[in-house]
Amino acid sequence: MSVRTLEVDGRTITAMADQTIFSAAWDNGIRIPRLCHLGGLPDAAACRLCLVEIEGQKRLQSACTTKVAEDMVVRTDTPALQAHRKLIIELLFAERNHVCSVCVVNGACELQTLAAELGVDHIRMKPQYPKLPVDVSHHRFGIDHNRCILCTRCVRVCDSVEGAHTWDVAGRGRNSLIISDLGEPWGESASCTSCGKCVQVCPTGALFSKGKTVAEMRKDRSFLQYIVTAREKRLWIAERKPR
Amino acid sequence: MTADGLRQSREAELDRQSRLKNRIACCSVAGCLAGGGDAVRAALAEEVKAQGASAEIEVCGTGCMGLCSRGPLVRSSAGEITYAEVKPGDAAAVVRSDLDSLNGRILRQSDPFFAGQRRLILANSGKVDPEKIAGYIAQGGYQSLLRATSEMTPEEIVAEVKKSKLRGRGGAGYPAGLKWELVARHPSATKYVICNADEGDPGAFMNRSVLEGDPHRVLEGMAIAGRAVGAQQGYIYARGESPLAIERIRTAIDQAQREGLLGGRVFDSDFHFRIDLRIGAGAYVCGEETALIASIEGKRGQPVLRPPYPPESGLWGHPTLINNVETFANIPQIIENGGDWFAGIGAPASPGTKIFAVAGRIRNSGLVEVPIGTSLRTILFEIGGGVPEGYEFKAAQTGGPAGGCIPAQYLDVPMDYDSLTGIGTMMGSGGLIVMDTSSCMVDVARFFMEFCMDESCGKCIPCRAGTVQMNEILGRMTSGEGKEADFAMLEALSGLLVEASLCGLGRAAPNPVLSTLRHFRSEYDAHVRERRCPAGSCRMGASA
Repeated sequence: MSVRTLEVDGRTITAMADQTIFSAAWDNGIRIPRLCHLGGLPDAAACRLCLVEIEGQKRLQSACTTKVAEDMVVRTDTPALQAHRKLIIELLFAERNHVCSVCVVNGACELQTLAAELGVDHIRMKPQYPKLPVDVSHHRFGIDHNRCILCTRCVRVCDSVEGAHTWDVAGRGRNSLIISDLGEPWGESASCTSCGKCVQVCPTGALFSKGKTVAEMRKDRSFLQYIVTAREKRLWIAERKPR
Repeated sequence: MTADGLRQSREAELDRQSRLKNRIACCSVAGCLAGGGDAVRAALAEEVKAQGASAEIEVCGTGCMGLCSRGPLVRSSAGEITYAEVKPGDAAAVVRSDLDSLNGRILRQSDPFFAGQRRLILANSGKVDPEKIAGYIAQGGYQSLLRATSEMTPEEIVAEVKKSKLRGRGGAGYPAGLKWELVARHPSATKYVICNADEGDPGAFMNRSVLEGDPHRVLEGMAIAGRAVGAQQGYIYARGESPLAIERIRTAIDQAQREGLLGGRVFDSDFHFRIDLRIGAGAYVCGEETALIASIEGKRGQPVLRPPYPPESGLWGHPTLINNVETFANIPQIIENGGDWFAGIGAPASPGTKIFAVAGRIRNSGLVEVPIGTSLRTILFEIGGGVPEGYEFKAAQTGGPAGGCIPAQYLDVPMDYDSLTGIGTMMGSGGLIVMDTSSCMVDVARFFMEFCMDESCGKCIPCRAGTVQMNEILGRMTSGEGKEADFAMLEALSGLLVEASLCGLGRAAPNPVLSTLRHFRSEYDAHVRERRCPAGSCRMGASA
């Protein structure tokens, strides 16, 4: 595998040719904000928080999906990008009902942490306060749509890592809603294996384990790293002949 | 069908038509049918039968003749006369060509509405019955496909399309030849051709009319494209909301397959091409190419990040050529007359003609086909007949929810891709909505924002949540509750949507706002600072 040298925020870094800007920056201690990307899951490029400026390109590009290139010059933290990111976070807070003080992941929430890092101290737009359901029909977990940011990590981990595809998105635009199977209560889902991966990858308190109260829930993603590593080393996948 | 078969079929139909004394062609496209065109056609057929003239007078259907506001339209081949606002009771007069009793409803080809146009894509309107393949063949149809399969190599077809400088008619205006070349050069053995017929802009019906009025032209264009790029399968992705267009496409595909013009061994060559129909379920975003492809694949209709672009990896991961209905409809004439001929029509950088669907406050509303680069003034005031008495022109909206408004001072700007982008709007797919001084421009912006909000797929945050907030602000302004800070927020959100959205829908959603802010800023100021609507037509204006 060949190596690429590029400049990120004024620093010269090296990366493998098939790495994305996000992952190359991450390896070098440069943290680009993101809410939908998660190492080990297929990317949706949907949250638009990891957009970066690349010299010579008119459009902003999502770092999680753009591969590195030789002599690429990337800026991840310009004032314009910061302004966009703050606005996106504000939009998320205004979209549904995010009340940190009564949330199970208070103190360990990716949305909350990112808002603090980006200096979002108030919301300049009108909160929508939609009426959304909470589904606690599953015997171990619950989903609170009020805290969901529609990042679709749960949909992707269930489909591509667990292989169950219990979750998907119904409706469109502001009416989008994560559903289990064809809109049945989670507890009655025939496809759910109760593995809990969706709960662990969820960046907010939307998916949670039952029996945890305010600020008690912590997300554990070690399984993702384990699975990805195992896959790369082909620990359990039989060698397939190329077609 | 063989080359000889095509010639014989053409000669037989021309011969049959030449022995008729008169052909009465009734518009059988949605607009005129909604106005009672079916009953008119039935009455005409009845009248011809009653007069015992069935052998010499034919009553048939035909494509859109353009002047939809005065439908139902009927064209008589004797004297090339078009009758407007025909009622079943007029049947006897039309059959007898009794001009006196139809006085005031007679349109001639020399009338400004027809004379000002150059009808190439709509050339068969008034002549060809969309439900009969023989009529299309009689007008020279499928000759270009014959040429493309028997005389030309795929490379030559692509070269001809490149030479024509044809630009995609779906809105973005990407050079069709370049796209064809990308797909043609791809080494993959499996390739697809897709016709994007998911026309969803409010007030636009160009593609629907072409499909309803001359479906074989689109099929022929697609088959030529298949030959050029090396695809054996084509799909037409049509809107479920256009049942008549769907019916016509189905009929046309069946006819073409029966005649051996589609399917295996087209014209006895080694070229195979099948076309299937896929019907959308009513999502505007499925007009975006990656969402459309996802929808054909049976997935949720939402865009995915490009690159890779469809010519590299499209339908089921294979190279895919995706063009608009009107783009494909242009292909047969380019192959027939050559790319140089086409490049000589219209504006040098964007040659050819463009169909506009003219609607709103205008005398002659309907379909207008003009060379690209024709000024808006010519389209609206010469062909369109201007705004009706008692009203004053204010602006024209082009490009649908992704476009913008053209105020009166830009009436002389040529309607081509680049000039329109220069004044903050876009060509789009051809919708043209005329507004008079009683239209509130803030309310117009709010209408389009609400449309984008409802049609956002919800995948990326800027578009899903940003359109909600922009709609919120515009709603506040039009109900007299706007704040000074709303201007800054409106601009910040516009910037976010334009720069950060995942697909074209979100990136273009702020255009109507930006364009009205640019040309009608004083109206916004009046709403927010003086709490009044100068036009008096938005929610606030009604009470104040």
